[in-house]
Amino acid sequence: MRRGLKITLLILLISAISFTAIGCNDDKPTLNVYNWGDYIDPDVIKDFEEEFNVKVNYNTFATNEDMYVSIAKGGTSYDVAFPSDYMIERMINEGLLAEINKDNIPNMKNIGEEYLDLDFDPGNKYSVPYMWGTLGIIYNKTMVDDVVDSWDILWNEKYKGQILMLDSQRDSIGVSLKRLGYSMNTRDMNELEEAKNELIKQKPLVYAYVGDDVKQLMVAEEAALAVVWAGDAVAMIRENENLEYVYPKEGTNIWFDNMVIPKNAKNKELAEEFINFLNRPDIAARNVEYIGYSTPNVEAQKLLPEEIRNSQVAYPSKEKLEDTEIFVDMKDMLSIYDELWMEIKAER
Amino acid sequence: MVSRIIKKMYLWLMLLFLYAPIIVLIVFSFNDSRSRGKWNGFTLRWYAELFKDSNVLKALYYTIGIALLSAIISTIIGTFAAIGIHGLNGIGKKVILNLNYLPVLNPDIVTAVSLMTLYKFVGIEFGFITMLLSHVTFCVPYVILSILPKLKQMNNHLAEAAMDLGATPMYALRKVVIPEIMPGIFTGALIAFTLSIDDFVISFFNKGAGVTNLSIEIYSMARRGINPVINALTTLMFVVLIVMLIYINRKQEKSIKKKGGVI
Repeated sequence: MRRGLKITLLILLISAISFTAIGCNDDKPTLNVYNWGDYIDPDVIKDFEEEFNVKVNYNTFATNEDMYVSIAKGGTSYDVAFPSDYMIERMINEGLLAEINKDNIPNMKNIGEEYLDLDFDPGNKYSVPYMWGTLGIIYNKTMVDDVVDSWDILWNEKYKGQILMLDSQRDSIGVSLKRLGYSMNTRDMNELEEAKNELIKQKPLVYAYVGDDVKQLMVAEEAALAVVWAGDAVAMIRENENLEYVYPKEGTNIWFDNMVIPKNAKNKELAEEFINFLNRPDIAARNVEYIGYSTPNVEAQKLLPEEIRNSQVAYPSKEKLEDTEIFVDMKDMLSIYDELWMEIKAER
Repeated sequence: MVSRIIKKMYLWLMLLFLYAPIIVLIVFSFNDSRSRGKWNGFTLRWYAELFKDSNVLKALYYTIGIALLSAIISTIIGTFAAIGIHGLNGIGKKVILNLNYLPVLNPDIVTAVSLMTLYKFVGIEFGFITMLLSHVTFCVPYVILSILPKLKQMNNHLAEAAMDLGATPMYALRKVVIPEIMPGIFTGALIAFTLSIDDFVISFFNKGAGVTNLSIEIYSMARRGINPVINALTTLMFVVLIVMLIYINRKQEKSIKKKGGVI
């Protein structure tokens, strides 16, 4: 028994020591990538490693705020990160991002004009678009017999207990604001109050405020209507043919996830090489097929299977996108949003 | 008769309650779809993908590596600390014991943020080292707490007797004290290992580029939905655990029989 214990201890020690040794003897250049979980085709990373003879350290985060904390706290450096629109604006304002040298990213020419030079990063000095999408309503044709073309349907008494809202303050308050005809980025307290009261009025009709589980609930037909992102809608419709996705006529939110280079990046050139690589049409197309969101890469879009390329859900016509708004960083208003959201959630 | 049936039922119901989530998870690791709500037929696809998914494998590697290392290091530190505390007397002992309780009672988030601030202040780069140091930090108090009772049970005169008979203090420690408290050391190491594998909050704040563990990796899948690869991984880990438990139990039974039924 004692002998066995000694031997196991010895094995443990050896494995532990060899473990630390393996961890750090690599003299290839390394690239630290910081992305949303499950938001790239893993084979694409392998291809990049082989083609450029480098090592990619792939790290993941769950929310923009998580990523912001990791980058802003310092002490560690990432070479490429993938924040969303409003977060890019905030990071630019706080001086956390490095300007991108576009000479190193010739593939930027593949990106559609309408996805460039947006308000959160004028002239795309700091960011290159990666994915985009919109917010809309998904509904079950067998359970809803009214015409769905407006946010109003989510306030319809008929569907009491069958409506799913997003458990996300900006999105849910934004929906309510849009329905009332206001901007999703309003700083007017009266408009915000009104939006809040509408959400409280709607609450008895709501089955639940949900996150990612919305997909299961809708596919399993446990609810009739839900607010979802277009990318998820494509996946849901693939699983259940009774579902349909609409862009409400009052307009909606459009979001972007862009690639940026943090200021303290250690390997900026390689980071630009990576961004360029992800913008190659064949590579971008592989990522889109894996993720299922919409790509800003026009050349990549042409390589997609026809049903996706022509999908009105993923790539709506320009007219439908006319009334869409991108979220703006709320800065000092964030705490007000927190309070409003608390009041809505606390209401019984 | 009826009460016996109810008693048995109760036990099974309790087990069902405990294991139902794991069973569902195992079943869905064989589901031929990313959806967790609908059964689309049997597949082994997720198991194949698990062994190709370098991110999940890397996270697993760091999780187990850090758990092993932090268990070993914190057990060594904790054992000597416990022997030291045991030797103290009066107010000093009380103060140190309470200081040792504090990190146990402290919410994880406080430990996490204070460690993060400390590393920043000292200027260590976040990564493997910071994560390992943090894990050792929160494991040590638990190790001490699991060894102290064993020391209390031990007859203090044993070590003295050994030294009277010519043993050097080091020799007495090695041959008398440590074997006496071995069960405590073993439990301490096991607790440290499981705590380290479980931890999310402290790792989250003290990780760096390139180093992550399973809990962080799984959490970060929240926006896109948990990849069924994770179901496959959890199933495998569960099976390994069960096999290990059965093996240990068998071995114990055998060794008891060898000793003639005396425990």
